[in-house]
Amino acid sequence: MSSFCDQCGQIFASLSKSRVCRRATLRRFLTLAVVACAILIFVSISFLSKIVPVSAQQKNSCIECHSQLEGRLGDPARLFENDIHKARGLSCNDCHGGDPTQDDKKGAKSALHGYTGKPAKNLIPNFCGKCHSDAALMKKFNPSLRVDQVQEYWTSVHGTKLRAGDTNVATCVSCHDVHGIRAPGDPMSSVSPLNVAETCAKCHGNAEYMKSYDIPHDQYDKYKLSVHAKALYEKHDLSAPTCNDCHGNHGAAPPGLASVANVCGQCHARQSTLFQASPHKAAFDKMQIGECIRCHSNHGIVAPTDQMLGVGAESVCTSCHNNDKGYDGAVQMSGKIENLQTSIHRATEILDRAERAGMEVSRPKFELREAFDALTQGRVLTHSAAPSEVEKAIEPGIASAAKSYKAGEDAFSELTFRRQGLAVSLVFILFLAFLVYLKIRQIESEPPGIES
Amino acid sequence: MKTESLMLWLDQRLGINALAELARKKEIPRHRHSVWYYFGGMTLFLFTVQVATGILLLLYYRPSAETAFESVQFIITEVQFGWLIRSVHSWSANLMILALFIHMFSVYFMSAYKPPREITWVTGVLLFFICIGFGFSGYLLPWNKLAYFATKVGTEITGVIPIVGKPMLRFLRGGDEVTGATLTRFFGFHVAVLPATATVLLGIHLLLVQMHGMSVPEKYSGTSLKKMKFFPNFFLRDLIGWILAIGVLAALAAMFPWELGEKADPFSPAPAGIKPEWYFLFMFQTLKYLPAKILFIDGEILGVLAFGLGGLVWVLVPFLNRYPGTPKRRKFFTVFGILVVAFIVVMTLIGFVT
Repeated sequence: MSSFCDQCGQIFASLSKSRVCRRATLRRFLTLAVVACAILIFVSISFLSKIVPVSAQQKNSCIECHSQLEGRLGDPARLFENDIHKARGLSCNDCHGGDPTQDDKKGAKSALHGYTGKPAKNLIPNFCGKCHSDAALMKKFNPSLRVDQVQEYWTSVHGTKLRAGDTNVATCVSCHDVHGIRAPGDPMSSVSPLNVAETCAKCHGNAEYMKSYDIPHDQYDKYKLSVHAKALYEKHDLSAPTCNDCHGNHGAAPPGLASVANVCGQCHARQSTLFQASPHKAAFDKMQIGECIRCHSNHGIVAPTDQMLGVGAESVCTSCHNNDKGYDGAVQMSGKIENLQTSIHRATEILDRAERAGMEVSRPKFELREAFDALTQGRVLTHSAAPSEVEKAIEPGIASAAKSYKAGEDAFSELTFRRQGLAVSLVFILFLAFLVYLKIRQIESEPPGIES
Repeated sequence: MKTESLMLWLDQRLGINALAELARKKEIPRHRHSVWYYFGGMTLFLFTVQVATGILLLLYYRPSAETAFESVQFIITEVQFGWLIRSVHSWSANLMILALFIHMFSVYFMSAYKPPREITWVTGVLLFFICIGFGFSGYLLPWNKLAYFATKVGTEITGVIPIVGKPMLRFLRGGDEVTGATLTRFFGFHVAVLPATATVLLGIHLLLVQMHGMSVPEKYSGTSLKKMKFFPNFFLRDLIGWILAIGVLAALAAMFPWELGEKADPFSPAPAGIKPEWYFLFMFQTLKYLPAKILFIDGEILGVLAFGLGGLVWVLVPFLNRYPGTPKRRKFFTVFGILVVAFIVVMTLIGFVT
């Protein structure tokens, strides 16, 4: 009895129970075998590519030789292990030229293969700039990275001096290191925010090194005591300023006396704006006084205090003003701020006492924040050198502090009322209990009260 | 004449004369341990204080994550005598649980659960669990920081129970985390589910107490004891206790108002040294001491299961000690009770000082 094959549709005299002819069965087997081989090959390639590092797949005679050397000649090979360039797939010959596939030294360092060796110090910026100034090339590695570092560098004090032939100044490798270059975001990088000041101090903190430039060398020591360093090192606030935030990095230069407020204004924008619109701006420019730093200093800047205002022993105003309009203004502004400080202190103290006594004063405490805000406003407005502006900011704060103080007083009145109420209630309660006790005695003195 | 006719009218409809007769006839045995009889009444009184103050708080309380804290703040700062009601509610809750502990253990040590009072004991222990539930659910309602994290930790412990733990955790929290949904849910438990259950159990408990009368400790059974009429002699003594309890509550509320703290913030870190309410402290402390693994089983799971089993044993005490009169059994159960009390007291004290 003939049957149809389910796969190819041909008629056969007899078919197995599966109703498929031999040819169809073979075709199915071959298809399966090809698919299985393809999967096996794909998996093997993927697996091998995972366990064999890219670098090991290509011969690098530079690393092979230098890693066997001691000291200065061996360092590049060892440091390069953690270099960002290596991580991005670059190798020795991408900077130094040569042919790392050659086994012999001559062949590897052949000029025919573009070997340049170690660049001279005055050539380093352009050496790095070969890639870092090439926007099209850098885009392949890190599209967000700027490409004007070299251009900026030549505008810096370091760059201008290098161009003038001073090879003692910093170049790229002085700050970024040579072969162990890490990304600035890497905490181990010499240019990460936490390490920048120390990196700069390698030269700028070295008295001997700075001697020939006739510039101070105590900036780092002062900086370490500053409010900025406290924020950076103690609070680990990486947005706190370090050397490059004020001086620039690649274009590092000291800000001019008339542009200090612009530098500080990058963060302290309101203070900077107020100062630039104040009568102090013109006066400071005329007297060639460094703007913000005149009162706050620069590297060793400490947290400002209210005592810096006014005419007291710690006043900075009296260094220029004496019995003039500015002197009077300083007295007025200082008085206003002190007044608000005292009001806040009184309100805080009474509210704290009320809280310790168990009263609920979280709302007036919250409202007291208005006074603190006014105080901050007032302090900032002193940069306008206008007592009337300071007063406008302070007045609502004094009103708010007075309101909170009143709430504290009310809390204590309430507490007294509660305690008096409690005393009266307790007398009544005890009297009532005593009456019930008398009633029990009266009942139980009568014969039927207790039965045995 | 008018009063008599009114009483007659009421008697015909409510049978008040029969009730009055019952009250007149009810007697309380007098012996060295009679003082413990007052703690049941004291617990009941404090429960009524809770109901009364709770209803007053309900007039202003708003159960949502956005409004709960502010509404309690409003109650204690703006509402006339709101501070008093809120503080009395919080203090009375704690005193009620304390009175309940004393009442329960006095009943236990006097073997007052002996036949035919087994059901009275069972309903009493269930009422104790209900009160603990009141405490746990009520603690979250002000939606402050401490309450938030205590509830987070407390419900997490439920989650470690094998199989049913996770669904129970989700049921209690109304989700995976403690959120506004948990608050609404706890509010529902606190003002509806638990009060309804407590009312039923309390009704049965009080009815059985009236049916069986006061139990007399074993050593006085068979001896002729002096008796005191429940009404008015015992009742007036109860009344003195209740009046004094009002005085204590007023003093505590005025001198040590219950704190509100800071509003709960799920994103803030848990406050350091966070502890549950004192009546949970012994369990919390025990779980802290348990090692991570006990014979391949998670220590915490084993601890939670052990407390669950302990609770079950406690409910079943009258059935485990069916012949409390036997000296050997009496001694065993007394020693067991002393160990339980000692364990609770020691663990609670350690929890307080550490």
